[in-house]
Amino acid sequence: MGSKQTAEPAAGNGLIDRRVFLAASAAAALPAGAGAGELGVEPWMQTPGAPFSAYGMPSRHESKAARTFTSAPGTTGTGASRTPLHLLDGTITPNGLHFERHHSGIPDIDPDAHRLLIHGLVRRPLVFTLEALARYPMQSRIAFIECAGNSGALYQKEAAAGGAQALHGLVSCAEWTGVPLASLLEEAGVDPRAQWLLAEGADASGMSRSVPLAKAMDDAMIALYQNGERVRPSNGYPLRLLLPGYEGNANVKWLRRIKLVEAPVMTKDETSKYTILQRDGTALQFCFPQETKSVITRPSPGLRLREPGLYEISGLAWSGYGRIAAVEVSADGGASFAPAALQEPVLPKALTRFRIPWRWSGGPAVLQSRASDEAGNVQPPRAKVVADRGPATLYHFNGIASWEVSDQGELRHVYA
Amino acid sequence: MSMRELLIAAVGLALAGAAAAADGPHLGRPATAEEIAAWDISIGPDGAGLPPGSGTARQGETVFAAKCATCHGENGAGKPNDRLVGGQGTLTTDSPVKTVGSYWPFATTVFDYVRRAMPLVEAKSLSDDEVYALVAYLLRLNGVIADGDVMDAQTLPKVRMPNRDGFVPFRPAR
Repeated sequence: MGSKQTAEPAAGNGLIDRRVFLAASAAAALPAGAGAGELGVEPWMQTPGAPFSAYGMPSRHESKAARTFTSAPGTTGTGASRTPLHLLDGTITPNGLHFERHHSGIPDIDPDAHRLLIHGLVRRPLVFTLEALARYPMQSRIAFIECAGNSGALYQKEAAAGGAQALHGLVSCAEWTGVPLASLLEEAGVDPRAQWLLAEGADASGMSRSVPLAKAMDDAMIALYQNGERVRPSNGYPLRLLLPGYEGNANVKWLRRIKLVEAPVMTKDETSKYTILQRDGTALQFCFPQETKSVITRPSPGLRLREPGLYEISGLAWSGYGRIAAVEVSADGGASFAPAALQEPVLPKALTRFRIPWRWSGGPAVLQSRASDEAGNVQPPRAKVVADRGPATLYHFNGIASWEVSDQGELRHVYA
Repeated sequence: MSMRELLIAAVGLALAGAAAAADGPHLGRPATAEEIAAWDISIGPDGAGLPPGSGTARQGETVFAAKCATCHGENGAGKPNDRLVGGQGTLTTDSPVKTVGSYWPFATTVFDYVRRAMPLVEAKSLSDDEVYALVAYLLRLNGVIADGDVMDAQTLPKVRMPNRDGFVPFRPAR
C-alpha cells in the first residue's frame, strides 16, 4: 500500500513523485539499461551465493519467526517459551521453535553418562545406556505436545492482549522416534500389582510425575529423535517420555528413572500445580488428556489485512482423545459457522491444519474456530469453560477463541 | 513330581526363557540394590522412602532464613517466588491462594520436593535433617503442627494436611 500511496500524482498531467523511482533504483541497484520494476536482475542472481554450512539456519529475513519467553524471578531458564504459531504453516513445528517449559533450566547432559533406570514393581530392575536403547526396534509417530497451562490467560475476566503466540503458543507438534516403553517394561517384567509408574527427569528440579501404567503399555514412547534429529536439549536430550495426547508436564524430559508403583506418588507437580481448582474449592487431579481445541493462526494479531479481498483463514486443531473430525469457522463471532477443509494427513493426537477461503469486505469481523474430534467431543464456548471451572484456574483451557478484525484490517483478541 | 515331570517342567522353563529372549534385545543390565537406593529419591504419601533423620520447626527456621527466604520471603510469605504460607479458606473465592498450608494434600510431598529441587541454585544439597527441619518449619507456619513436634520418617506421614480431601480424580471424556 505504501508505494501505491506515494505513487499518487505529485503534480498534474501525470507527473509522479520522483522519490518513488529513486527508492526503487537504490534498493535494486539495477545495472544501466535494465528494465525497472519488480522483475529486475537482483544482486543474488549475479554472483555465487554463500558457502555450505554444517548446520543450516533459516533465512536472515525470517528472524521474526522466533520464540518469546519469560522466566521466573531470579532465574534464566525456569519458565516457558512460546511457538510463533502465526508465522508457521503446515503442522510440524521446527525443532528450534518447539515450545519449552522448564522447571529448573535445560541440563547439559553427557549422553555417555546418562542412564535410564527401570525399577520398583518389576521382576528385573534394569539400567539402560543410550547406546543400548538405540539398538531397540524403533517406531515413529507424529504427536502434539501441549502445556497444560496453554491458553490459560483466557480464564481471565478481561481479554488479554496478545495473539496466537502469546496466548496459545505452548503447543507444538513433531515426529518423534524412539522405543515403545511397553517393550522395555516387558523385559523388566511387570509385577501384576503395578498400576502406575513414576517418571523422573535428570534436570536439577528432578521433575517427576505419576502416570497410569495402562498409558505406558498403550502408546508411550522413550523418544530419542525429534523430526529426524536427536531430541533437542530443550525437549529432553538425550531422551524424553512421550505420552501422546497427555498434558505436556507428564511427558517428562531428560528421563532418567521409571519406577513402577501401586498408586500415584503424589509429586509436587501432580498435587500443588497441575490440578484444576474448581469453584467449590475441590480440585481435579490427574487431568491427563488435552481436550479438543483449535485456534486460528492466520490471520491473527500481529498480522494485518492490507486491503479488502480474498484471504485464506488457516489454523490448527488437535485433540488428546484422537483424530480431529471437523473444524468449523465463523467470521461473525459465532452467529454462523462453515466447515473448513482439513489438510491431510489427519493423524490421531497430532496437530491438524484447517483452511477456508474468506473475502474480507473491509468491515468489522470476529473470527472463531470450533473443532470436534472422532470421539464426538466438541470444543466448547469460552463462557462454558469458565462457568464450569471458575475464573481463577489456569490449566486445560480449550474454549473457543476470538480474533476481532477492525475496519483497518488489524486484529486483536476479544471475548465474543 | 517324578523325574520325567521335572524334566518336562525344566524344558518348558527353558523354552519360555528363549521365547522371552526373542521378544526383545534385552540390552538392559541388572540394576543393583545399591544403585537403586542411590537414585530412588521419591517419597510416597504413605512415607515410603523417607530416610533416617529428623528436624523441628525451630531448626528449620534457621535453615529457611539462610537458604530459602531470598526467594520465598520472610516466614514463607512469598515473593519473588511462590508463597508457602497462609491462604486457608480462600480456595472457593475468586482469588484463591494456593500454598503448602491451603492446598498441598500431603506433607510427604514437601519433603520429596524440597530434597530433590531446592534450593533452586543448589538442588540436592540439603541434608536429610535439614529437609525434615524445613518441612517442620513450613508445617508450623501453616498451623498444621505444634512448636515442639519432631518430623521424621514415622511422624511425617501421619501429618494430616488441611486440604487432604480437596482433590477428586479427573474424568476423561472419551
